[in-house]
Parts: sequence; structure tokens; C-alpha cells
Amino acid sequence: MAEDQNKILDEVTGGEYKYGFHTDIDTETIPKGLSEDVVRIISAKKEEPEWMLAFRLKAFEHWLSMKQPNWAHLNIPEIDFQDVIYYAAPKKKPELESLDEVDPELLATFEKLGIPLNEQKALAGVAVDAVIDSVSVKTTYKETLAEKGIIFCSISEAIKEYPDLIKKYLGSVVPHTDNFFAALNAAVFSDGSFVYIPKGVRCPMELSTYFRINAMNTGQFERTLIVADDDSYVSYLEGCTAPMRDENQLHAAIVEIVTMERAEVKYSTVQNWYPGDKNGIGGIYNFVTKRALCKGDYSKVMWTQVETGSAITWKYPSCVLMGNHSVGEFYSVAVTNNYQQADTGTKMIHLGKNTRSLIVSKGVSAGKSQNSYRGLVRVAKKAENARNFSQCDSLLLGDQCGAHTFPYLEITNNTAKVEHEATTSKIGEDQIFYCNQRGLSTEDAVGLIVNGYVKEVINQLPMEFAVEAQKLLQISLEGSVG
Amino acid sequence: MLVIKNLHAKIEDKEILKGVNLEIKPGEVHAIMGPNGAGKSTLSSVLAGNDKFTVCEGSVTFNGKDLLDLPPEDRAREGVFLSFQYPVEIPGVSMVNFMRTAVNEHRKYKGQEPHSASEFLKLMREKKQLVEIDSNLTNRSVNEGFSGGEKKKNEIFQMAMLEPKLSILDETDSGLDIDALRIVANGVNKLKTKENSTIVITHYQRLLDYIVPDFVHVLYKGRIVKTGGKELALELEEKGYDWIKKEFED
Repeated sequence: MAEDQNKILDEVTGGEYKYGFHTDIDTETIPKGLSEDVVRIISAKKEEPEWMLAFRLKAFEHWLSMKQPNWAHLNIPEIDFQDVIYYAAPKKKPELESLDEVDPELLATFEKLGIPLNEQKALAGVAVDAVIDSVSVKTTYKETLAEKGIIFCSISEAIKEYPDLIKKYLGSVVPHTDNFFAALNAAVFSDGSFVYIPKGVRCPMELSTYFRINAMNTGQFERTLIVADDDSYVSYLEGCTAPMRDENQLHAAIVEIVTMERAEVKYSTVQNWYPGDKNGIGGIYNFVTKRALCKGDYSKVMWTQVETGSAITWKYPSCVLMGNHSVGEFYSVAVTNNYQQADTGTKMIHLGKNTRSLIVSKGVSAGKSQNSYRGLVRVAKKAENARNFSQCDSLLLGDQCGAHTFPYLEITNNTAKVEHEATTSKIGEDQIFYCNQRGLSTEDAVGLIVNGYVKEVINQLPMEFAVEAQKLLQISLEGSVG
Repeated sequence: MLVIKNLHAKIEDKEILKGVNLEIKPGEVHAIMGPNGAGKSTLSSVLAGNDKFTVCEGSVTFNGKDLLDLPPEDRAREGVFLSFQYPVEIPGVSMVNFMRTAVNEHRKYKGQEPHSASEFLKLMREKKQLVEIDSNLTNRSVNEGFSGGEKKKNEIFQMAMLEPKLSILDETDSGLDIDALRIVANGVNKLKTKENSTIVITHYQRLLDYIVPDFVHVLYKGRIVKTGGKELALELEEKGYDWIKKEFED
């Protein structure tokens, strides 16, 4: 019977990564390696002002003094940071007035990914910023949004056009001293999105950034900054894919969110970087620092993530609940298959009074993968009446994978109420047989069962993407039955 | 419709079915009775294709097809339905979604277009009425938090939705109170046609008052040792299984 299980498992893991194609685009790259010169070159390529270069150099200097962290439950092969290309851009000038000027190859690439950049064809109600390798190639619906005073553009453009906002907020939530990868990102970040929602404005459409790594040996270091002023609201979605390659590629991003009084930001991620093949060859190393500062009273940030890709994921979208009555929520589905490793979770830092946080984490492990939840709930001395509820569930498919939970609680105020629940379960053969007996194939059954298990999280995603996420889960787990 | 010849099956190294022979024609109801451990549930699992069991000898033909050659989902799509003794819970999966997937898989197998949402909901309403299932059961996750009786009713509801040619009711009466038993049995009777057949597996004669069998078989030590009409069930109820065991041992 063990043999049968292995056979089924093999079949499951045979699921193909459907975004693994590579587009032949004329790409400009700089030589491999990282040095002060490289930082200067990147800054010069992006025609940045002096203060931005200074920001980068300071971060670079700090990075040199740091060591790669090794506390996560991950087996990270040594990364040679001198063997990475830190800047790659499609040759055609990225500053485009109209879509006609975009390289047709690029348009076709995004079309193939299901992200049409042509506004007529675009998903209704979703504005997209498309980033390929190191640069943003196109932002849709910019003008429509501008009418409401909403800024949605690439971070490179924002540095030039809105220097005051960038100077004020960039690095204010995740300083370059925060961690090794944050310092690296601050030194070499290439592109990403900037969003500013003015006071009292409810963003009328979903904002979305789509990241694509295309060039070889290239790292992607994107940087996203979202500022929601008083009484504003925005829902933001991030998606990502990469070609199939035998070597590992590095992705180290930073996302910073600032919410003012009564502002609300909903940030959803569907992370589908190339996970490597079924023998664990290739795949993206995904080291991401995402953090929100709930600065204003009654502000709210909601992180939702569906993590199915990457060979290694190291990611903890967090909330610093500074404003009184501010709320942080974290909903996560992390799926690992084959040799994937994920160490993901959140940090909820309660600083203000009457702050609340909610954590719902659902891990699904299959193949020979390792899947860890790591979460910190900290209640500071002055954070009266803080509330937290955490629920961490793990689902195992097969008997060669691992699921781990590392909850940390640091409570220094005795009015705090903190609850933690955790479960681990296995997909039962009896559940699969029951579905089979009703006419469902084993793959469909696993998909259905897993989707049922993660429903609470998927329900938090914007409608258009919930359906995509469900399909993605099914593909990621094709056949993994234990 | 169903022809079982000399069927032997084992779980791990233990042989449980030791040569079952049985023929079922369209429209017939067969009851299979027998003491604990006789192999009744094994027979239903083997027919449905549960891979915990290995068939070591014999054949099963279903409407001319080699049933044992088909994976369990194709057996279901061919029209074999098993009402589980212990229906399984699937948290987070709504009954509506589950049934819609199942019904459409059956339709696809037959080369039919999938039902639209409205067609499907209409079908569901009709079938719910037919088997008198509480409408809010179908709004919940599959069997999650259902009482024993609700689970069994839900099995019959699924049977109504899938319109099988052969229904195997594995101890559908266990854990049911008398009212639930009546509802379940009524459902089964309403679904009966001249074309479809039923195998009722039970310990007790009680269920057979409601679902009247054409044949009663006694399964003992992995074989059918006695076959009779519905009066055999009454005799068993009265005398127990000892006389059969004795007859068999001699």
C-alpha cells in the first residue's frame, strides 16, 4: 500500500508549472555582482536624485556589516550574492505614453499570464502595474484614478514625481537596518509600486501589481509603498510568476504600508513564483519583508496571502498597531509540495490601546516539503485591552512532508487577552474514497478537500482572484495523496 | 445487471470474501444479512472499489463491463452508488458544491453538458422534496456536524441526485430512530424503478419491513450460504444465525 501511496504522490507532484515559459525580450543587464559601484549604476540608470542614491548607499554600507539570518526552519543553500545580476530591463524605453509603444512581446507575455494590459480587455475594476525584471512597464487606469487624487505608479516614477511623499515614508516602516534582506533591498531595489490614497477617498477599483522575473541570473528586488490617508480605503493585490530555470533566482522584496486615522488597507498576495522541479532543482528564493504601520486611531490593515510558489519562502507580513483601536488581520494559505520550504507567518505588535489582531494560518504540505508557521504576538506595556486570536492549522498530504508551528507570545500588559489554537490533520483516504464514490477523480477530490480546508482564507480575497487562487491550489497539489 | 462470480478478496493478508456468487437483475432488491464479521461491508467496499481491499480471484460484471477493471470514480459514473455505513465529513466543502461537482462529473462521463447553476439548483430542490431532506442540510459542509440520522438522510439525498443503476445501502439503518428510518426507507422506495436495483446490507429485519426485498442472502464466513425470499429475513430475526452456522459447519 505504501507503494501505491508513493505512486499517487508521484503523479500528483507531476503537475506542471504553467507559467514557466521565458520570453525572448531584448534585455539590458548590468554585470553580475554587488558593490558600491553597482548601487551607483542602478541609481544612475533610474536617473535618481542625489538623496535617493544616499539612501541606497547608506543601506549598502549597513548590509556589508550584516549576516544572512539562519533562525528560520529552512535549509538555505549558501547564496553567492556576487553571482546575481542586480539590474535587468527590457531594452525598449519603459517610459510609455500609450500602450502602442509597449514592446508587443511584453504585451503578449502578460496576456499569456492572464494579465491583459490593454484597458479595453482588462479585468473590470482592476488597475494593474506590470513589473518585469527590474522595471515597471505599464500602469493601467492611471488617469481614471488621478481624477480622485489617487496616485498609482511605479516607485521609480514616484521618486521623481512625488519626492516629498517618498522621502517621508520610504523606509519609515521597514528601515534598512531591519534585517539582512531589507538592507539588501534598500540598496538595490529596482522597481515596484507606489500608492497614495488621499483623505476621505475610497479607491473605486482594485489596485494590482504583477511581478514577473524573466531574465536569467537576475534577482528581483521590488519595493512597494502604500500610504492611506485619513478615512481612505484601498484593496491591493500582488501576483507573481517566473520562468522555469535550473538555477535558483533571488527575490527580496519590501512592502510598506502606512494607514492614517480610520484608513483601511486590504493587501492580498497570490504568490506563484517558480517552485523548482519535482526533484528540487531550481526555483525562486523568496525573502520578503512586509510590514504595515497602523499609525492612525481606528485604522485597519488586512494581509491575505496565498503562497504556492517559490523554492524557499521567508515571509512575515506584519502589523504594528500603533493607533488606538487599530486592527491587524492576517489570513494565510501556504502550500508546499515536492522539495519546497516555507517559513511564513506574521507579527502583530500591539502598541496602542484597545488594539485587536486576528491570525488565521492554513498550511498545506505535500511531497517532501517543509512548511512552518512562525508568528509573534507582542503586547507592549501601554497597550491596554489588547486582543488577539490566532488559529494555525496544518494539513499533511502524504507522510514525507513536515508541518511545524512556532508561536511566540510576548505579553507585558496584563489586560491583554490572547488566544492561540492549532490543529494538524491529514487528508484521509476515506475522504478521498468518499469523493471517488460520488464520481470525482482523486485529483479533483484533493483539490476540493484542500479548497474546503482553506476556504476561510480564500473568502478574504477579492472575488476575481479567489477563483484564480482556487485553481492554483488545485494545480499546486495535483495528485498529492497520502 | 450485476454478476459476481467466485469473488475472493483480502485486506492485508486476511482473506475475507471466499467465493461470493450473486446475480442481480434490473429492478430487483436483494438483502444481504449475516452475523458480524461475515464480510458484508467488505463486499460493498470491493464493489465500490475501495483499494484497501485486494481482489485475489473471481469476477464482477456490471452491465457487461468488467467492474473490477474500473477505478472507483468510473464505477460511480457507470451507476454504482454506495450509501456509506459511516459517511465521511469534508469540512469547508458545501453540499451544493460537492453535489454539483459530482453531478457534472457524471454528466461529463455520459457526454452531456454540465448543468447551469439554475438548472442544478432546481434539480436539487426537487430531489430534496422527494427524499424529505431538511433544506438547510444542503447549505452546510458535507456531513460536517451532522447527526447520525442526518448523515444517512444525506446519503439518500445524494443517491437521488446521482440516479444510480445499482444502489448499495451499507447498514443504512444503523443509528437511525424509527422516524428517520421511515424517511430513509421512503426515499429509497420512491427512487425505485423497474430498471434500477438495490442491495440492502443489514443486520436487522426491521429495515426490510420498509424496503421489501425480492431475495434475502445470508453471508457467512465470506460466502453466501443461504438464499431465500423475504420470509428468510423473518426466520433469521426469530432464530438468529446459529442454525445457519450449524448447517454450514456440517
